[in-house]
Amino acid sequence: MISLLLIFIGALIFPGLISITKAKLSGKKGPGIFQPYKDILRLLKKGSVYSSTTSFVFQVAPIIYMASVLGAILMIPFGNFKQGLISFEGDFLMFAYMLAFGKFLMIISALDTGSGFEGMGANREALYSMLVEPAFFIVLSSVVMLSGYTSFYEMFTHFHVENYVSWLYVAISVYLLIQITLIENSRLPVDDPKTHLELTMVHEVMVLDNSGFDLGLIQITGALKFAMFGALIGNLVIPPMHLGFELSALAFVVIQALFAITVGFMESFRARLKMIYNPQFILTLSGIALIAFFAVFFITKTI
Amino acid sequence: MPLWVLCISAILIFTVPNNFKHTISLALVAITIAFTSYWAGLALFYGFELQGLSPFSMISGDSPIVVDKLSAFFILVVNFTVLTGLLYAKGYLKSYLKTKNKHLMSIHYFSYVWLYFSMLLVTMVRGGLDFLIVWELMTISSFLLVIFDSEKEDILKTGINYLIQMHVGFLFLLVGFLFTGEFSGTISFDSMGVAFSSNELFEVFGSHGNFWLFLIFFIGFGIKAGFIPLHAWLPHAHPAAPSHVSGVMSGVMIKMGIYGILRVLTHLQSDWMEVGVFILIISILSGLYGVMMAIVQHDLKKLLAYHSIENIGIIGIGIGLGLIGIATENHPLAVLGFGGGILHILNHSLFKSLLFYGAGSVYKSTHTRELNSLGGLIKSMPKTAIFFLLGALAICGLPPFNGFVSEFLIYSGLFKSLSSANLNMSLMFLGGITSLALIGGLAIFCFTKAFGVVFLGSARCEFPIKPVEADGSMLFSKLLVAVVIVMIGVLPNLFLQPISEVVGMFVTSGGDVFAKTMHTTSQVGIISGIFILVIVVLYFMRKKQQSTVAVEYGPTWGCGYTGADPAVHQYTATSYADNYKQLTKPVVGSETEYKSFSEEEIFAPARSFVSHSHDKIEDNIINKGIAWILKTMERFAVLHTGKVQHYLIYPLVFILTLFLLTLLNII
Repeated sequence: MISLLLIFIGALIFPGLISITKAKLSGKKGPGIFQPYKDILRLLKKGSVYSSTTSFVFQVAPIIYMASVLGAILMIPFGNFKQGLISFEGDFLMFAYMLAFGKFLMIISALDTGSGFEGMGANREALYSMLVEPAFFIVLSSVVMLSGYTSFYEMFTHFHVENYVSWLYVAISVYLLIQITLIENSRLPVDDPKTHLELTMVHEVMVLDNSGFDLGLIQITGALKFAMFGALIGNLVIPPMHLGFELSALAFVVIQALFAITVGFMESFRARLKMIYNPQFILTLSGIALIAFFAVFFITKTI
Repeated sequence: MPLWVLCISAILIFTVPNNFKHTISLALVAITIAFTSYWAGLALFYGFELQGLSPFSMISGDSPIVVDKLSAFFILVVNFTVLTGLLYAKGYLKSYLKTKNKHLMSIHYFSYVWLYFSMLLVTMVRGGLDFLIVWELMTISSFLLVIFDSEKEDILKTGINYLIQMHVGFLFLLVGFLFTGEFSGTISFDSMGVAFSSNELFEVFGSHGNFWLFLIFFIGFGIKAGFIPLHAWLPHAHPAAPSHVSGVMSGVMIKMGIYGILRVLTHLQSDWMEVGVFILIISILSGLYGVMMAIVQHDLKKLLAYHSIENIGIIGIGIGLGLIGIATENHPLAVLGFGGGILHILNHSLFKSLLFYGAGSVYKSTHTRELNSLGGLIKSMPKTAIFFLLGALAICGLPPFNGFVSEFLIYSGLFKSLSSANLNMSLMFLGGITSLALIGGLAIFCFTKAFGVVFLGSARCEFPIKPVEADGSMLFSKLLVAVVIVMIGVLPNLFLQPISEVVGMFVTSGGDVFAKTMHTTSQVGIISGIFILVIVVLYFMRKKQQSTVAVEYGPTWGCGYTGADPAVHQYTATSYADNYKQLTKPVVGSETEYKSFSEEEIFAPARSFVSHSHDKIEDNIINKGIAWILKTMERFAVLHTGKVQHYLIYPLVFILTLFLLTLLNII
């Protein structure tokens, strides 16, 4: 329950922090931290326009998308203190496949509009999330290897960091998780949410036809997804630091904030990759994940 | 034997008029289902193994039929899919009743019923000779089913291709059984254990005799199952057959190959590790290659056929891991590997038949399977679309549907064994995990494409007859399958109990692993419940919100210009796969025919764009092999002079040679 709460807090500050960071770095005054949510609130009150080409798929997709992310969040524990609302052996598989379910629906809902642009976005999203899958699973495998357990809670509880190789491992994993998050949330460098040209969009072009309540849901889900991955990073970093319960909770939020600021930084100083380089970039992550996996062999002294 | 009576009474189909053929077949199938399901239930739930004399015992001597747990599981899987297939056939074949003559219809139904009988017998008979007979019957009856539309020349060609490839497999089985007979004295499954441990085996094949003898059987059964590189028949035969037949063939008939492999494995005496690693590698390759090829297909049924190869790969990954688990005495891995693989047999038979029935309904109302001419069918065929979507979600292994449960078991086995294994093993397990993840991602890519292009958006071409919803009997059989798919997904424990009985045939001490797993899978049900609850709550929230504000309908966002025909701008199956194709060029063969604009072309004429995909393994291994054989054979064509005198000399030469050889004591 506590992890759920912390993730909600994280999701609340996440989009605001990113935009503040980006504004400050480009010399602007920047909006208030809750400005994104004020926008979303207005969206939630608005009427909707549906394309007459669409079917019920388009209508249920945003709802299922949000439900899938909420369902996935339920399985995330709070460090080594509290397990997620639901925890069982192999829950991270459910986590990954749950997210995939939401994504499947969003992809076909984009195809449902019968628009060339949205088809393009759908196709790119499908391709990138397919390519990023191995990296995520290799990172998970390495954590499983290191801890010897197969549920989120036990994995993070039995995750011991003893020497410098271990910290190297943590560093690589955190880096990978950040990159995976950016890809999963369609941020730089694979996709630029602020672009104005449909041909260069990935996620934004998929939701061109969503409006009002549905669009609001999609944006909240985006923030939740960010905070969810932020929580995973927090879970990886906090237990080895051996903080108390309250301090850990604070660290959790701080890590979320740091993560948001990092994203802001990265997006300010980086340009979007050319579309054709995206697959290479994503596949490279799998390669780095393999390095993390081998690092585990050193840590557990198997080689 | 009641089975004999039923087999013979299938001839009744020939005597009744067209309209009753379906009823008679259904009655025969229903009676058989009642009998065999009872036997299977006895074996699976009460441990009572029915034994009897094989229907072919007059030919092969006193060979038995036995319904043990493995047979029982396959019998139940076969029964269900054959039943839904036959129910579906009623609607599907309705329009053919006018165009096909009475005898063709009789042959079709007769072969369908016989395909069913032969599959049942394959799982029951134990004698080697009997097995080969029923195996052959299965091939012939499925061949007759494939060439239902035999007016079309390419379908006949595909059918003959299928028949020949099956007989190559048959040859390997024959050799395998002959070896068994040689080493143990009797040609039968039951004596295989003796053969696998006999001294002669090791004398002939060396110290890894078990592996080599298994390999012979694996090739024979693998051709039926469709492991790469033995899969070449599969992507051709499935699209050629009528959809209920494709459903049954892909859903259960190719599983007979898996049955054979499993049956041989129960008798394996050593070399678990070698066999396990071999199966695992072949399966990973099959899984990846199958789904990678599926993405570039334009033909809906061919796409599904390639997915069969993928799923056979997943089943094989489970079995391979199970064997590795046995070899390393890692019980969780053994139990979860076999459990996941065997459950996936059932799962695949369900969602694949559902998808083929869906594809059949689409074909029936549009008369095309070409993805790029379909589109927007969800408006005219909403129910078919929902069922297809359900099948698509299930085949991608997404929760809360059945595909997830079996993949979850295999994954769990892999993850549980990661930390306790040595370096090599860990890397192999990691390979398994990554390839399963990649297969999942690719499957999502493929089915978003298939579902999106066929059912969503707007229609890509006008059909002379407007597409209409499939009729009741077709929808009903889909509903049956869909219910079981959701049931396995939400209440997996109901099905895991019988599966654990089957797994017990391979791994004797693993009961507690299953108990633990069932605790886990019950959690999967809970979270699915929460998931559905959240969906419902959000749905009503939106409904309430939208009741107070304006909800309008308009054209899709067209970047400021909505005048053009939206169907023209839509993404097609080809464009959806385009960036993927560039990425996978080394593996997936595809080429385009297109002439680009030249500089001096001021008034460019109309252009055409055609893209093809081809199977590199089929081209390079199968087709080249066949070409080589043909070329070699052509050298002997010199003998065919066409003169009777020459032909008369050949036997004379033969007899003389024999005579001389015996005279000189050479033979």
